Amino acid sequence: MKILVPVKRVIDYNVKVRVKQDQTGVELNNVKMAMNPFDEIAVEQALRIKEAGDAQEVVLVSIGPSQAQETLRTGLAMGADRGIFIEAPHETESLSVAKLLANVAKKENPGLIICGKQAIDDDNNQTGQMMSAILGWSQATFASSVSLTSENATVIREIDGGLETIKVKMPAVITVDLRLNEPRYASLPNIMKAKKKPIDTLTADSLGVDIKPRLSVIKVEEPAAREAGIKVNSVAELVEKLKEEVGVI
Amino acid sequence: MAILVIIEHHNGAIAPATLSTVTAASKLGEPIEALVAGHEVKNIPETSTEIKSISKVLVADSGEYAHSLAENLAPLIVQLAENYSHILAPATTFGKNIMPRAAALLDVMQISDIVEVVSPDTFKRPIYAGNAFATVQSMDRIKLITVRSTAFEASEASGGSAVIEKISGTGNLGLSEFKSSELSGSERPELTSAGIVVSGGRGMQDKSHFSMLENVADKLGAAVGASRAAVDAGFAPNDYQVGQTGKVVAPELYMAIGISGAIQHLAGMKDSKVIVAINKDEEAPIFQVADYGLVADLFEAVPELNSKLE
Ligand SMILES: Cc1cc2nc3c(=O)[nH]c(=O)nc-3n(C[C@H](O)[C@H](O)[C@H](O)COP(=O)(O)OP(=O)(O)OC[C@H]3O[C@@H](n4cnc5c(N)ncnc54)[C@H](O)[C@@H]3O)c2cc1C
Ligand SMILES: Nc1ncnc2c1ncn2[C@@H]1O[C@H](COP(=O)(O)O)[C@@H](O)[C@H]1O
Repeated sequence: MKILVPVKRVIDYNVKVRVKQDQTGVELNNVKMAMNPFDEIAVEQALRIKEAGDAQEVVLVSIGPSQAQETLRTGLAMGADRGIFIEAPHETESLSVAKLLANVAKKENPGLIICGKQAIDDDNNQTGQMMSAILGWSQATFASSVSLTSENATVIREIDGGLETIKVKMPAVITVDLRLNEPRYASLPNIMKAKKKPIDTLTADSLGVDIKPRLSVIKVEEPAAREAGIKVNSVAELVEKLKEEVGVI
Repeated sequence: MAILVIIEHHNGAIAPATLSTVTAASKLGEPIEALVAGHEVKNIPETSTEIKSISKVLVADSGEYAHSLAENLAPLIVQLAENYSHILAPATTFGKNIMPRAAALLDVMQISDIVEVVSPDTFKRPIYAGNAFATVQSMDRIKLITVRSTAFEASEASGGSAVIEKISGTGNLGLSEFKSSELSGSERPELTSAGIVVSGGRGMQDKSHFSMLENVADKLGAAVGASRAAVDAGFAPNDYQVGQTGKVVAPELYMAIGISGAIQHLAGMKDSKVIVAINKDEEAPIFQVADYGLVADLFEAVPELNSKLE
């Protein structure tokens, strides 16, 4: 079995993002970028499945500007076998991404697609579900545990009320949550090796996908700042403030 | 054209986030109709008819909708879609699971997690963990939307008088199967709709220490929450996680105890009315958003707080 893992290049989660003055978006120039943290977890899971002998190949796909190839290299250094790069604007919408990925899946025929539950830039939380719908596959979202047989995946999902276990037919799309695993660091020799691993380049045109956006961004703004509060000196003072100023306790 | 709200329900009760979703829908126009899909939904349709501003409740009571499996629910939404200009669901794990699937089948780009209706085709939504807000205009014929419940008041749950219309199911695709669930189910108020939330972080050091917070929460009638670090460390169950990738809360009072205030955590609680932080590190970023900050060792402050609340 082959596993496909879509990985997105996003602003590193430690960076405090800045909104551009002209309100067209956030500043991406000279900002540290990284693989979406959920996608690292997805890559790690795919590698573990391969190491357990349940998959032969882990193929990464990234859609984005040319630097997205660096993100593919990061995943290859973790241990993935090869990468597919599809050049597209940074803002390519989830629906278009899902269509591109579904078309790649039709060519590659993976038994499983594992992706992040959410990209931490657009916070959309929809690509995996959309891709699954387009392919007509089963979906298991927000996974915190995955176990496989040749026909099925049993997945524990993190839901609002707690945990839920479902069994889905393969091929499936699984979207991963934070507690599925702890992604590995790439070792120096593996980083060197990754440089020689193949990355194929495809285009939206060659895949026959129209990536014209459906949403137009009118503006991007800073959130309203909270007014600075005060420090209290004791628990007694805190309780008093809460009683008299807030009145909720 | 009418607007459709998907009713989220569990164990015979409508999820509170649904009522906020109805409020968001009411800013788009009318009539507002609702869909109750499930198996043996009992009183949910009747309860739904009482929600203010809903005029019709469609009920699809059929085995394939038990446990809200997305593969079966999405085709039902798709089948209904042509009658509506907008379809909305709460941005809960329920809504996040099913709506994008329906959107893709309809060839529509979903608008996730809206916090404001600017006009019937234009919406405001947080991006980058709420460090920016995007106003987006949809060019799709039909708009599929998930709603951040804390950004909209709950619609009144009574006073409505909708009619019920039964509709048939779309069949079981047999792609997935529910096995079991392990719900945390507590006596305390539900986290996302509680008036007060008491949250603990890595500073709590151990699972057993969370009982200190539970004592305080019980006295205040509060829900208990946690940071990701606390959940990862096993101090609290996953559904306690507040933040960018957990739950979003906006109570009257949020108490962050032993939580540093990473942007991913702030994303889930910054809109709380009053924020209290107890942290021994006076430089902790949580103090930048706290209305009342107490620099103290939580192992002294929390028991003292508890006794002061007697
Ligand atoms: C993709 C991604 C998604 C994420 N999503 C979320 C999310 O949804 N929610 C979330 O919370 N985090 C999330 N995080 C994690 C986030 O970045 C932080 O790591 C996390 O919030 C830190 O939790 P914490 O504040 O409990 O722990 P720490 O940052 O370790 O802070 C512990 C605090 O406790 C204080 N403390 C220690 N001992 C005491 C004591 N005795 N008395 C008083 N104070 C004490 C310390 O001074 C410190 O400030 C996410 C991260 C990533 C990468
Ligand atoms: N441009 C992209 N390239 C590759 N994978 C992507 C891209 N955008 C989204 N994904 C995948 O889809 C997941 C969910 O993204 P989103 O729906 O945008 O929140 C991510 O975690 C990735 O696995």
